[in-house]
Amino acid sequence: MKLTVQVNEGPYQHQASDSAYHFTKAALEKGHEIFRVFFYHDGVNNGTRLTTPPQDDRNVVARWSELAEKNDLDLVICVAAAQRRGIVDEGEAERNGKDATNIAPGFRISGLGQLIEGGIQSDRLVVFGD
Amino acid sequence: MSILHIVNKSPYERNSVALAVDYMRDGDTLLLIEDAVYTVMQGGKAASIIDGQKAIVLGPDLAARGIAKEKMIDGVEVVDYAGFVDLVEASDKTQSWL
Repeated sequence: MKLTVQVNEGPYQHQASDSAYHFTKAALEKGHEIFRVFFYHDGVNNGTRLTTPPQDDRNVVARWSELAEKNDLDLVICVAAAQRRGIVDEGEAERNGKDATNIAPGFRISGLGQLIEGGIQSDRLVVFGD
Repeated sequence: MSILHIVNKSPYERNSVALAVDYMRDGDTLLLIEDAVYTVMQGGKAASIIDGQKAIVLGPDLAARGIAKEKMIDGVEVVDYAGFVDLVEASDKTQSWL
């Protein structure tokens, strides 16, 4: 089965990102294909590499990055939601005149069309949010 | 066309569980995750919402909230995340009642 997962909430504020992570991991372990994980609304906050959670707490951002690296996942951050919340890659920094980037490894910034494509190309779309 | 209805809200916070149950048709499945697992607590006023309904609950979220098996109403099926994935595969589509 081919899946797209949508995450609408940021880390530590709500369980959505944790649930989405565990679901995605379980799907991969069962041999399913994750076509894309799309981070929307406050979910874009899952993609900043500048978070430093306490060492005895889970690192939600790093966990996504590691899962992406291991499984060649496509982690997509919605551009309009990212601009509002200050999630920046090199292209966005240049386009909007910002002096820094903060996007985490394995994530990329793109448009809402990527979510629609995920819905069309996948057998199932599973949404996690508040 | 079967739908997996995924609810994540406590029935003591919002009416999503009741709403999902109202919208369910034959062949649909109800999966309770996150705070929605409070629905299956024995003696809880909300347990009657899922009367006569086959309810499936996410085990890790039950454990995280300290709801042991003996504290649950009868007839509830518990799945892990792998079971969650199987439920998604078994239905034609999913609806998250956010």
